[in-house]
Formats: sequence, structure tokens, C-alpha cells
Amino acid sequence: MSFDIIVCGGLAPDPLQSLEPAPGPALKNEMMLPAVFDPWAAHALYEAAHLAAQHPGNRLRVACLAPKAKLQQVMMIMAQKLPFELIPLDGASNGFSDAMPTAEALASAIQALPDLDRDRLLVFGGWESATRGAGVVMQIVGERLGITEQFLAVDELRIDNGALVIKERVEGGRHMVSRCAAPPAVLAWATGNLPEPPNHPQTGMANMRTMMPALQKAPPTATASGIAFREVALPKVQRETRIVKDLPAADIARELAAWVKE
Amino acid sequence: MHEDPQFDPKPPDADILCVGFGPATGGFLTTLSRGLAEGGIESQAFPGMPPQVICYERADDISFGVSGVVTRARAIRQSFPDFDPAAVPMATPVRNEKLIYLLDPEGATRRPAWLQAADWILNAFSSLSKVRHHAFDVPFVPDFLHKRDGYVMALGQFNQWVGQQVMMSGQAQIWPSTPVAEPLVENGKVAGVVLAGDGSEVRAPLTVVADGPVGAVSRRLDDIFGLPDGHERDEWALGMKFVIELPEGVDLEPGTVYHTIGYPEPEIFGFFYVHPDRVVSAGIFVPSWMQSPVRTGYRYLQHFIQHPFFWRFLKGGKLRSWGAKSILESGKHGEPHLAGDGYARIGENSGSTNVLTGSGVDEAWLTGVQLGEAVLELMREGKPFTRDNLDAAYVARRRASWLEKEGEIAENARNGFQKSLLSGFLGMALDGLSGGRLHLTRPRVRKPPQKLIDAYFGRLPHSYVEKLVAGCLKEGRPIHDALMDAVGWPEIPFDGQLLVSHQDALLVGGKVQAPSDAADHVIFRDQALCQSCDTRICIEICSGEAIRPGEGAVPAFDREKCVHCGACLWNCPSANVSFAAAPGGLHSAEN
Repeated sequence: MSFDIIVCGGLAPDPLQSLEPAPGPALKNEMMLPAVFDPWAAHALYEAAHLAAQHPGNRLRVACLAPKAKLQQVMMIMAQKLPFELIPLDGASNGFSDAMPTAEALASAIQALPDLDRDRLLVFGGWESATRGAGVVMQIVGERLGITEQFLAVDELRIDNGALVIKERVEGGRHMVSRCAAPPAVLAWATGNLPEPPNHPQTGMANMRTMMPALQKAPPTATASGIAFREVALPKVQRETRIVKDLPAADIARELAAWVKE
Repeated sequence: MHEDPQFDPKPPDADILCVGFGPATGGFLTTLSRGLAEGGIESQAFPGMPPQVICYERADDISFGVSGVVTRARAIRQSFPDFDPAAVPMATPVRNEKLIYLLDPEGATRRPAWLQAADWILNAFSSLSKVRHHAFDVPFVPDFLHKRDGYVMALGQFNQWVGQQVMMSGQAQIWPSTPVAEPLVENGKVAGVVLAGDGSEVRAPLTVVADGPVGAVSRRLDDIFGLPDGHERDEWALGMKFVIELPEGVDLEPGTVYHTIGYPEPEIFGFFYVHPDRVVSAGIFVPSWMQSPVRTGYRYLQHFIQHPFFWRFLKGGKLRSWGAKSILESGKHGEPHLAGDGYARIGENSGSTNVLTGSGVDEAWLTGVQLGEAVLELMREGKPFTRDNLDAAYVARRRASWLEKEGEIAENARNGFQKSLLSGFLGMALDGLSGGRLHLTRPRVRKPPQKLIDAYFGRLPHSYVEKLVAGCLKEGRPIHDALMDAVGWPEIPFDGQLLVSHQDALLVGGKVQAPSDAADHVIFRDQALCQSCDTRICIEICSGEAIRPGEGAVPAFDREKCVHCGACLWNCPSANVSFAAAPGGLHSAEN
């Protein structure tokens, strides 16, 4: 059996940047900062690409809502990692976007695909996002698409005679394994098990033959809602650096343990 | 390099490949994409389609690893006649420009006697000289240096603004995080590039080389084709800067520009630019002609911002970002072959930087524009990218422009610095004020950096220097801190906000990183040479403390701290450093 896999994802500020809250609320200089594909959605994408590679009939697409200019930049990197088609939506995407209109925009874009095959459809995404972590976008996407088989915090997917065998994280640090007879299904991924693939420029060049025209036609997408965010704060970071060379691992562990106990 | 008279070339993968995305490529792709959008030009690689243009950038984003800048932006404004600096974060028009001579408040600098005498006179007659905050406001900015009709910018933000427009045009792809290892040379022609990482070959009729001062492709082309007779690349500088948020209550007018001389060493020029929203860029240039082997950009920069003239603004401020890059200061004297069969060179590595005017970004942009116009002309006429055609269309444009004329004036401006600081300043003034008609002669042999003992002769006893050096080597740390402390430089009063350790600076703003699966891109070829090296300037100059004393006195390299400034390359007196193209480095977008 082959699958029509669509990964939903957005952008997040490059995790190597220092973020500062600003009145509004907003993140200071957010639009100046470089962006990356949301790390949670990226895990879903790596798993999706792995699955897509298992069967020549599988198809992998990525639905992404973000400001077009930023999206274009980020896709120049993501496109080098894996072969996929892009469904771009040109709209605001950050920690201050509301989950409902974001999910509705993604679901509408998926619904509008002329060659969508619901009997083969797997909708992937992150179980939360690095920008806000509302953790509900994928459920709403599934709801709007009328997909009732939904799995959250997925760590593993195995195909067994056409059925989906899914391992989800549940409370208490345990895993739950479910069996889903057939698509359609929504899988909101936790970290999965696959690392970030290295860049393959030839893959990127092949991807760009379809991505560039798609990006040119990215439809403007409104995601405004009535929600007003009042304030934003970031965790306090305190650095106390000490440069030590050749310290045995046991000593480092001992020191860390003592620090945690404090 | 493939040499085979019967060689049958493989089909191209694209029409044009660019190596590196900086202001030169920005000018090239802006010009080219506008021309291609007009239509009528077909791809040679894929007949029936529009031309395929791909740009490979080494850094992880097109806004990373570049510098703050004040520029007259003459060429940039020609490309964007309605340029609105408000559209580019951190950009603003120059409003107030001064040249400041900084005196030495601590008495620790390597000032020659004549400069000490000048300081004494300025201080003695301070009511006349108006020395304030240990600084003398030079009453005029020489005409060749001024930027009064230009802009203060963060080049990272400008690059991002340009790159987004190019990509939105749909006429070109810009691939970050894709270093190019070397040119693909077949039968004496450049047929494309070899990518670092997977080593794949990408072919195109034209390769545009714009990989900056220490680019691997440029260096390989120089190895293969050599430099034109009489040309050499022997003048460099390390530029390092902080981006600082001013403390509450300090408001400086955006567009204020200070050029400085005199401190933290008399050979080190400095700058201070005020961006909008109470942000400043402050930095220094450590030149290759500074004879001292203690070439630490970071420690000197910390002293520079603490000079009383600046500290009154900056005390209590916050470090937002930090960065460093090499600057190829040979200018026209280091100009390579600008075009050959299948390739053309633009930007800093093509010798466009003007050391007299202290300007490189606008010049680099212009070279890109000129090549863009030339390429469009050749494509419209259906002419191949041969050396003759590129010479006629690109090099001729360059020779006829202000870039060439100003480059010729600047070509000999720095000749005097090899002899002494005094002759350097006199020679520069002579050259600049006479429009290049008068200048000092270029020395036949460049002075190597002084040996440690010579550098501190008369200031520290020979045995004491040896003891300090041995101690640092044993403890695995650079020697500059110990030597600077010993000659009277005050300790840095770390405040955790603006004055932070070099290691902490790697984590400020866009942090430094390297992909976990990357190989070391800096290699010391002959370890015996390193062991016999007296100075190991590669360790002292290293912008990220990525090179430290290692086993057996051979420097050790940590790629996860490397900001890819390339200073180790030109500071090694034995040319013993191999510096390859690799991804990673700074993630700062504010530089």
C-alpha cells in the first residue's frame, strides 16, 4: 500500500539566536532573526521521508505557513535534505499566531489539493511547536479534515500489512502502542528516532524545480484572530562560565550533581 | 585539474553558478534577475526554459558572518534609486562623521617616541587642542575618507534584504550552508564547481567567484592560473566588532560615525557607528603590517570600547552580537585575473577593496553590477563565456568605471606602513591628498612579524618573556593576555553584560556552531614547522579561540568555535595552515 503523506510545519527563530521579549507583545527584532523549519515539525518530516522512501508509490508533500520571503530562505536548506513537494502558504507565523486560524489555513490548503487521496492520506506534524507550543494545531487540522484517527506525541510508526502500528508517549514516561487499520490518520510527532539528514545539493536542485514555481504562487493567507496576547517572558538565563581543560567526566558529573542539589 | 585534448564535457546542471553570497553577488544577482525578468533569454543548460542561476553560500544563512559597515553606497543607490534605509533593519543615513585621534590613557600601547611627543603636546595645550576624554577631535575628515552622503548598515541585514528580493524574483536560487571546495577545471577552463561535503560536481557555462577574502575557490584559481605580473596579496587585516545596546539614558544620534586612530595600538584603526534604536557597532582592524606578534583582536577590542571617549557612552551597555572577518587590503595591487574561460571574479577577492577610502562594500557591489550587465549582454547576443568575451564585456566595464580610477589612486597608499608607522601615515596622507600622484615606493620585501623577544625588547626582560611564554604553553592558553598584563594593560573588569570572556562571546547573539558530522577545516600541514615557530600568531589572532596551544607545541583546532574569519591563514609566517571551505560558524544576523 502506498501513502500520500502531508507534513504540516511552520518556522521558528534559529535556536542559536538570543531572544528578548518586547512590548506588544513580541520578540525583539524577530523579523531580523534568521529562521529554521520548526524543530518538532522537522522530526515529523524526517520520519515522513523515511516512510516515503519505503515504497515507490508514496508521495511526500510539506504544507508550510510562513512569511513567503522567510519561507523561501528556509526551504533552500530543507530542500537539500530530502525530496518533497512544497505547499506554501504566505502568512504570519510566529509565537503570537493563534492555533485555530493556523490549523484552518493548513486544513483548507490540504482539502483544496486536486489530487488528494483520502484513502492514502497521512497528515504529519509536530506535537507542538518551538514558537509557542499550543499543542493543538494538528488536532484541529485533523478535525477540519474529518480525520478521527489521531495520534499525539508519536515516537515511532511501523507499517504492518498496510496497517499503522504507532508508538505514542503517554503519562508517566511510558509508551502506548496502537494499531490503526488504514489511513487517513493524523500523527503529531514528538522527537521520532531519526537524525537530521545531511545536505545533498543535488536533492535540493531537483526539489527546487517544483518548489520555485510553487513559492512564486504562494497564496496570501490570513491568520488573524480575536485573541490579544498581553505579555511575553522568556526563561531567565544565567551563565557562570569556568574554563577547565581535561576534567574527568566523573568530576564533571559530581559537580553537576552538587549544583542540582543546591 | 582535468587535462585531456579529447575530453568530452558533461552536460551542464545550471547556466550560472555563483560561489558566495555577499555584496558583490548581491549586486550581480540583483542586476541579472532584473534583466532575466524582462524575458527573451533562454537557458543554455535546459533549452526552452529560463536560465538556471544558483548561488552557493558557505554560511548557514545569507545574513551570517559578515560585518557592520559605513558606506557611501554610490553603486548601491544606482541599483536602488529609491533606496529607503528604513526598509533595512539597522540602516540609517550618515548624519555626523568625525575622525578621532585617541590618546593612550594607560600608557600601555606600543607608541613610538614621536607619537608620545604628539600626545604630550596635545595634553599640554589641551585648552587649544580641546583634548577631551583622552581624545582629539581632528578638525576635518579628509575628503578621500568621508562617508557623509552614505549609510550606516549591518551588512547581514542588508544581505538578507537583497537576498530575499532576488529569491522573490524567482530568477535565482541562493543555497546557504553549501560550501564549495574548489573550482572544477577541465582543459584550462572552469567548468563548474566541486561542492564540499559530498564532493559532487556541478557544471555550468559560467562560474561567478565571489567567495570573499579567504575563499577556497579563489585561492585555488590563484594556484592554477597565478596572479598577473607584479601583483601580490600581502596586506590583510582582521576586523572585529561588537554590536552593543546602549545603556538607558544614553541617546546618540543614529548615523553618527567615528573613525579612530591611535588606540588601542597606534597601528590599529577603529570605528564606531550608531544605528537606529540605540544600537552601535564598535570595532577595530588589526593589520598584517602591525609588527607585534601579539595580535589579539578580542582583548584589544575590549580595551578599545573602554577608552574614555567611548566608555562614557557604553558603560552599562549590553553586548548583543559579536563577529570578525579578514579583510584583503591589497586592493588593486592584489587583483587576480578577473576573467577566464568559464569564470569571472567579483568582490573583495577580485581586489576591489579600497584601503585609502576605507571602503569595500560599495566597490564589491559595483563589480557585481558590472558583471551582471556583462552577462546579460553576452546572453542576449548568444556569445559564450570565454575569456575574450568576458574581458570585453565585464573587465572593460570595470576599467572604465570610478572603481578602477579610485583603485589606482589607492594602490600605493599603504606603502609606507611597511617601513614605519610615521612613514605609513605620511605616505597615506600624501597619496590621498595628491589623488595618487605622489606616494612612497612599495618595499621589495615585507617585514615578517617580530620575534617575541624583539617585540618586547626594552619593555620586558628577555628571561621574563620566556618564562611567561613557557607558562602559557604549559597551561594551554594563548600568550597575549600574559604579555599585555605584563606591559601595563589593565585587567578587563568583566561585567557579564558587555565585558565578557572570549568564550562567552561565542554564545552571545547568534552563537557559533559547526555541524556534528563535519571534518576539521583547519589543518596544520607540517607539525614540525609549528613546533619550531617562535610566535604562533595563529593562536593569538584566532577570533574564536578555536586555535589553542596543543600537544607538543602544535596548535590544536576546535571547529565548533571557528567563525571562519580565516585570519590563521594569512598570519602563519610559514604558510603552514590549510583552510578549507566548510559550513557552520557564526549565526549572528546583526553583524
